[in-house]
Amino acid sequence: MPDAGETTLLAFDRLSVAIHGTPILQDVSLALPAGRVTGLVGESGSGKSMTALAATGLLPVGAQTHGAIRLDGRDLTTIRERDWLDIRGQDVAMIFQEPMTALNPVHTIGAQVSETLRLRGTSRAEATRIARDRLDRVGLGSIPLDRYPHELSGGQRQRVCIALAIARRPRLLIADEPTTALDVTTQAEILTLLRVLVDDEGMALLLITHDLGVVAGIADWVAVMKDGRIVETDATQSLFRDHRDPYTRDLLAASRPPARAPRKVPPDPVLAARDVVRAYGGHRAVDGVSLTLNRGESLGLVGESGCGKSTLTRALLGLEPVQGGTVELMGRPSGTAMTRADRAKISVVFQDPYGSFNPRWTVRRIVTEPFHLTGRPPDAGARASAALERVGLSAGDLDKYPHEFSGGQRQRIAIARALITEPAVLVLDEAVSALDVRVRAQVLALLDDLQARLGLAYLFISHDLSVVRAIADRVIVMQAGRFVEDGPVADVFAAPESDYTRKLIAAAPAIPDAWVKETS
Amino acid sequence: MSWAFRIGALLAGLAVLAAGVGLVWLPYDTASVNIAERTLGPSLAHPLGTDHFGRDMVSMLMAGARTSIAVALVAVGIGMGAGVPLGLLAAARRGGWVDEVVMRGNDLIFAFPSLVIAILITAVFGPSAVNAILAIGIFNIPVFARVARGGALPLWTLDYVMAARVAGKNAGRISVEHILPNIANLLIVQATIQFSLGILAEAALSYVGLGAQPPTASWGRMLADAQTMIYTEPQLAILPGLAIVATVLGLNLLGDGLRDMLDPRLRRVRM
Repeated sequence: MPDAGETTLLAFDRLSVAIHGTPILQDVSLALPAGRVTGLVGESGSGKSMTALAATGLLPVGAQTHGAIRLDGRDLTTIRERDWLDIRGQDVAMIFQEPMTALNPVHTIGAQVSETLRLRGTSRAEATRIARDRLDRVGLGSIPLDRYPHELSGGQRQRVCIALAIARRPRLLIADEPTTALDVTTQAEILTLLRVLVDDEGMALLLITHDLGVVAGIADWVAVMKDGRIVETDATQSLFRDHRDPYTRDLLAASRPPARAPRKVPPDPVLAARDVVRAYGGHRAVDGVSLTLNRGESLGLVGESGCGKSTLTRALLGLEPVQGGTVELMGRPSGTAMTRADRAKISVVFQDPYGSFNPRWTVRRIVTEPFHLTGRPPDAGARASAALERVGLSAGDLDKYPHEFSGGQRQRIAIARALITEPAVLVLDEAVSALDVRVRAQVLALLDDLQARLGLAYLFISHDLSVVRAIADRVIVMQAGRFVEDGPVADVFAAPESDYTRKLIAAAPAIPDAWVKETS
Repeated sequence: MSWAFRIGALLAGLAVLAAGVGLVWLPYDTASVNIAERTLGPSLAHPLGTDHFGRDMVSMLMAGARTSIAVALVAVGIGMGAGVPLGLLAAARRGGWVDEVVMRGNDLIFAFPSLVIAILITAVFGPSAVNAILAIGIFNIPVFARVARGGALPLWTLDYVMAARVAGKNAGRISVEHILPNIANLLIVQATIQFSLGILAEAALSYVGLGAQPPTASWGRMLADAQTMIYTEPQLAILPGLAIVATVLGLNLLGDGLRDMLDPRLRRVRM
């Protein structure tokens, strides 16, 4: 498969893995060429991470493998744990999604980077010198070795993880969702760094991600994985242009949700905030912002982590006091002292489909919980059934428990719960960010449909510009507690007023338009 | 089910069974003295022999189990009844002054050596089973408060608690409806451990004469009474000693086994 001139460094050869008899990977064949980036794309549970673990000999206890993983003519599936110690770090290294938990909080970054060298008998002085060199290499030249992980930003921590991984100049680097936990601008920097390292050092990089936009920007080869099988492998551009597998086509279509057609929403404010300030001590997390949300309108709120969007959301929901300004909901003053009847007019859907429900409650009890605000109506049961049916589930699901549902279904339950008191405003706090792209497309379609039928106003909070573009009529960009942009989505994307917005749009990983034939 | 859980359940079950049967029926009266039958060896009439007052050892051990388990049970009840609400309250007001007062109060109780204070309490208010229960129970309170607070804190950051707040529920209601059911497994495990510690504490207090008073039978006092005859009649000390060891070991194994069963992360590793 690799072109002439590319040497295959590591190859999966019809690799199958089963754990306690359950097949996890089936007939996976993939060659990783030196000096190239191979993207491995798939949805959650597709087996991408298991593929990485197989290549590092870290499969869970009880895994049985068939087939081979070849490195230098050696089959890695048959070697002993003791031999792996020479391979990990030396030949194969790995970086992970969450840079906070991948680093030990009680050791300095210098100690952690040099540790892998010290393990192989490098002298302390030499290890420290190399650690400094590697940290310089990943762009942390100004950061002293005696810093602790908590003193660094998320992007800097991920750079430390990369320095650690490349300390012994491995020939293969495996990156499992390395930028998923990072902001878009940081993500762009880390991806650029990885690409430069691959080009300069001649490493092979296996980049595992759910985001087709990321592979479009960095990978030479792309493999698409589904249910433990690789359904399609090709050079990046040809895979995007001429994919054959219907699954690849669905994935691509869902990755690029179509922008919402411009609509005129008549001014009819349901939520209005004026000069809201939320301060913690001397720090103003939200610093004098004003917004208006009209009936039937979708307002996107975009910003990077720490910009104050979550704090603002809690203030708008009346969960936290504000130190300045006013919030009005349906023309009545809102805030922590809101009456229950007023609270019933605004509700919220959260990001995490797994943490959103008490695991010991039935769906019936979950979706009727907001009746606490209005008093339990006599037809509560019928309304719970109706709420579930409205979001595409059935009344038969009422007596099930949350763990019996998939991530997408759980977000539907969360929407049903949010809508049961018939609110006017629905706050969607990263509500589709944790979902796979195809499920995300379905939930976005559901939200669109609900808005049209119920005249809901959405406040849609997200870090993902492509999603905001698909659902919002108007968008606000927030930076360091302030709004730097507020306007119709099409205008903001076409001609952003602030430099920050321009930077955000440029950094967002995107599939070039020319690569995708418009099918719809 | 792990072997620890099985053995623990068997040993603890035996003790509870002995106490339960002892509540309604004993082979012989443990309050009457029969000097003619003192320190008999095992026989059909007395399978484990008799003690220095001629009382049947099986009956004595059953009556002792009754006392030990009753004292430990009520002491754990006091600890949970006061400690869990305090822990939930501290977690609900995390970082505030209420949290601070509750937790520093905990530290204060922890700072005293529990058994010495229990001896002090029973010495001041007079030796009795009720005072022993109170003394042991008070030292259970901070343990349950800590466990409840520690288990509750991470739950307060979860979205379903946020959703309940959006639904207008106050902290008390959220603690009862959302937090308590999800820390129940932690509390059950801790209760088993505290239960075994309660039995040990009761035995220790009775041993020094500050627990249940005669004629109420108690494992600790059986040990103390047998002390002077340890060379001539060692079985009189060995039998109550074994009863204490078996029950405490059983409850600890049961606690460990329960923790493994109730914690899904550990369960996956074990199987």
